Amino acid sequence: MRIPKRLEVALAGRKQVGEVLRELGIRADTVLVIRGDRLLTRDAWLEEDDHVEVRPVMSGGSESCAA
Amino acid sequence: MELRRHNAAYCNTCFVTYFRDQVGRAIRVHQMFTPEDRVLVAVSGGKDSLALWDVLIEAGYQADGLYIDLGIGDYSGESKRVTEHFAAARGARLHVVGLEEEYGYTIDLVAAKTSRKPCSGCGLTKRYLFNRKAAELGYDVVATGHNLDDEAATLLGNVLHWQTGYLARQAPVLEAEEAGLVRKVKPLYRLTEHETAAYAIIRGIDYIVEECPNAVGARSLLYKDALNVLEERSPGAKQSFLLGFLERAQPAFSAEDEHELHPCVECGQPTTTPRCAFCRLADEMTRPGPTRRRGRRRPRVGQQASRPVGQQ
Repeated sequence: MRIPKRLEVALAGRKQVGEVLRELGIRADTVLVIRGDRLLTRDAWLEEDDHVEVRPVMSGGSESCAA
Repeated sequence: MELRRHNAAYCNTCFVTYFRDQVGRAIRVHQMFTPEDRVLVAVSGGKDSLALWDVLIEAGYQADGLYIDLGIGDYSGESKRVTEHFAAARGARLHVVGLEEEYGYTIDLVAAKTSRKPCSGCGLTKRYLFNRKAAELGYDVVATGHNLDDEAATLLGNVLHWQTGYLARQAPVLEAEEAGLVRKVKPLYRLTEHETAAYAIIRGIDYIVEECPNAVGARSLLYKDALNVLEERSPGAKQSFLLGFLERAQPAFSAEDEHELHPCVECGQPTTTPRCAFCRLADEMTRPGPTRRRGRRRPRVGQQASRPVGQQ
């Protein structure tokens, strides 16, 4: 099984999800930001010790493999 | 959940309602199927097909699943596991077809043995087996999880190369034909993949997050990237592109589309050629010896790659 790309980013202080995504160069519509089992919106605040998952939503290949 | 293209935001409960309403609207407007119809949902273990199956089960449709084990390394094993888990948790019926067990080849073999792109052999194989299994098992309709991003990316690719035959058949519903073509529907075509992923997470659906290893560098991802750049600057661009095409342009292409289907001389499935593309591929894969060509054959200008008519 391929291991998904993992990247740990340390936040310099409290920031909103949208700001963090912008700094990482990630378009907000291409990922979901998940804390625990909850989806976070762009205006949600992240604390320095938060752990969140940034999950890509794009799939593709044969007719986008939508079967 | 923020939906910029609708200039709206929803709580989880309202988002689930919105999502199901969009699916219900697609089914109703295009008369895709009724509660009396037997629906075969083509499931891959990904977010889209499992979200679709979940919506149809919750809405009370007679929706069973069809999973095709394509033999793509460990990826197929994991996607099969999550699909079987989904079906078992809901008491839903799942049909599993093993490509290697039933037809003697895998998509990994297609990649290793031919110059054909794996995604091409994979798409051909899936389209064929969806139709064949649905017909054999007596289903009225095949439902696939194609979402708005998939359809917009396909449309962009077809427009860039002016694939008029494909444009004629790109629609939320592909009607059944006498030659043995089962009705195909795409109830998620109004929803983005961002929305299907969010629905899956809110509903607690365990889906395969990892990308298929063969999809790396796929042209469809390039088109999706391009459309996402437009969408960021102009929310609603993808929806406008696709729905505008379906409403204003597709009927004109469809009116010009003439094709004649007849049964394949070998398997009896509908095709425009004497022997269907699937039988030719399966034969090539099971023939002894390496057959990998050194160069890639390029279609002549104006010539479209062969694809079984209607089996989009």
